Amino acid sequence: MSEGLVHLLQLLVSGVVTGGIYALVAMGFVVVYKATRVINFATGEFMMLGAFFAWTAMSAVQAPFVVALLVAVAASALLGMATERLVLRPLLGQRTISVIMVTIGLAAIFKGLAQIAWSGDYRSYPAIFPRAPIELGPILLPSRQFYPFLIAVGAIALVGLGFRFTRTGVAMRATADDQMAAFGMGIDIRRIFSLSWSLAAMTAAVAGIVVGIIGGISPQLGAIGLRTFPVVILGGLDSIGGALVGGVIIGVLENLAGGYVDPLLDGASLKEVVPFVVLVFTLMVRPYGLFGTREVERL
Amino acid sequence: MNPPLLHVNNLEVVYHHTVQVLKGLSLSVPEGAIVALLGSNGAGKTTTLKAISGLLPLEDGEIVDGQIAFRGASIAGNLPHRIAQDGLFQVMEGRRIFEHLTVEENLEAATYARKGGVDLGEALRKVFAYFPRLRERRKQLGGYLSGGEQQMLAIGRALVAGPSLLLLDEPSLGLSPLLVQEIFRIIEAINRDEKVSILLVEQNARMALGIASHAYIMENGKVVLDGPAARLREDRDVQEFYLGSRGGAQASYRNVKHYRRRKRWLS
Ligand SMILES: Nc1ncnc2c1ncn2[C@@H]1O[C@H](COP(=O)(O)OP(=O)(O)OP(=O)(O)O)[C@@H](O)[C@H]1O
Ligand SMILES: [Mg+2]
Repeated sequence: MSEGLVHLLQLLVSGVVTGGIYALVAMGFVVVYKATRVINFATGEFMMLGAFFAWTAMSAVQAPFVVALLVAVAASALLGMATERLVLRPLLGQRTISVIMVTIGLAAIFKGLAQIAWSGDYRSYPAIFPRAPIELGPILLPSRQFYPFLIAVGAIALVGLGFRFTRTGVAMRATADDQMAAFGMGIDIRRIFSLSWSLAAMTAAVAGIVVGIIGGISPQLGAIGLRTFPVVILGGLDSIGGALVGGVIIGVLENLAGGYVDPLLDGASLKEVVPFVVLVFTLMVRPYGLFGTREVERL
Repeated sequence: MNPPLLHVNNLEVVYHHTVQVLKGLSLSVPEGAIVALLGSNGAGKTTTLKAISGLLPLEDGEIVDGQIAFRGASIAGNLPHRIAQDGLFQVMEGRRIFEHLTVEENLEAATYARKGGVDLGEALRKVFAYFPRLRERRKQLGGYLSGGEQQMLAIGRALVAGPSLLLLDEPSLGLSPLLVQEIFRIIEAINRDEKVSILLVEQNARMALGIASHAYIMENGKVVLDGPAARLREDRDVQEFYLGSRGGAQASYRNVKHYRRRKRWLS
């Protein structure tokens, strides 16, 4: 196989890996948006906290990785629930803009608290996975990317299947479709709101850990949350399938730009801006995204 | 005499703290009965049902006075999901099918109205026995059903919920005459075979008075006339204003048009 083709394949595979992680983060946005029509700008900070929870469990009490992951997910579930109950619920019925500002404020508060609790230093997880890179035909994938990718895909599948096939999933989708009708059907929509926030915090925790494994942990880790926003807009704010497709598209585009264009740019990076180019383009031609509901356009 | 299953007394409802829509409305539904609530557009029929089922606050409406008693206990101010679980279920105007859920999932959603849980398979069999069309469409998304099928599904959800009192808001809206007959036949069957009491809001006064035992006619947020359905069917005013006929049992389209024309001249 020619060197050029291998290079392309390598970029595509890294793109899919990046995309899987974007998709997982995007799912956190979508779950909350579907249920409550709130865009949670603190998603990245939920990731960061989840990553720190797991790091603390591993470094302070030498918990095995799987245990640390579960502890972080459980702690995040509680955090998500508390956030909904204490911060978002009192704002029910307020204007969208106020609610968005509140989530931005939350992000800053979480970041500040993390600085205090864990300092601004970079940390990394103790070695977790076998070091040998994974061979996929002609290309090599670092184990540091391969295993986190599997975790991301597993988490996506779990949430997706839960949404699709469980009774609670039916209640959540019903609430997303028509809150009033769902309420009248005996579904306690307040419980659904709380569940959605905790589910979003849980997926964010897994995403944070995955990102932390690949690139280290610091209070700045949440910046990737904003970078995922284009994915959500491309896929459609209220579509889980859209989060997946949008994640992979942007992950791949980003890596292609990084592989082919950036070397010609002498220090500048197209890779960094690709997601936002897609964001602007999507909003111009298809504001509700690839799979979103049309009425989302009104926002 | 037993107290009625539902008793609404002197209900006053205000939207957005400013618009008063119900102005002292009272009505009762006895156990086992079909009661019709009739009235022209904007009279406040839907508002009455939403006040009973607890959905009013979601539209920024508020009960400012009056009582609502279900099985003798006050339910005014209770949350909608609790009211549904207590056995009072509303089929909302416009059907309100969950568009992105399949027919089966729409029906499954209604199991949340069952306090003690329910055997979904059995509930589905019952719904499909009433509406065989829904069985064929069970895997289809609700949004892709025809208007008639959506109305069947909306009533099917009520069957799954298994309430003791069912509020129906214009079940005949937008259906072909044949389908209207079919839906009314099924409403009667549900009342008789499932022992469900029904409060039926309708524009189609003729059909509603045909199956109801008692009827209320409301105007402008109040009941202006009520009585046994058989008597209202014979009432001259009711015939003129709601049945679109004058004296004769048959109301032709011509008569209705004549009445409309006359009304326009008068106004
Ligand atoms: N959410 C709302 N906010 C403000 N006013 C409302 C609201 N809902 C209904 N109204 C007003 O209350 C009045 C009664 O409305 P309602 O829907 O109860 O009438 P209806 O008898 O069901 O009419 P229709 O036969 O057309 O369905 C109308 O004047 C309507 O404009
Ligand atoms: Mg109405």
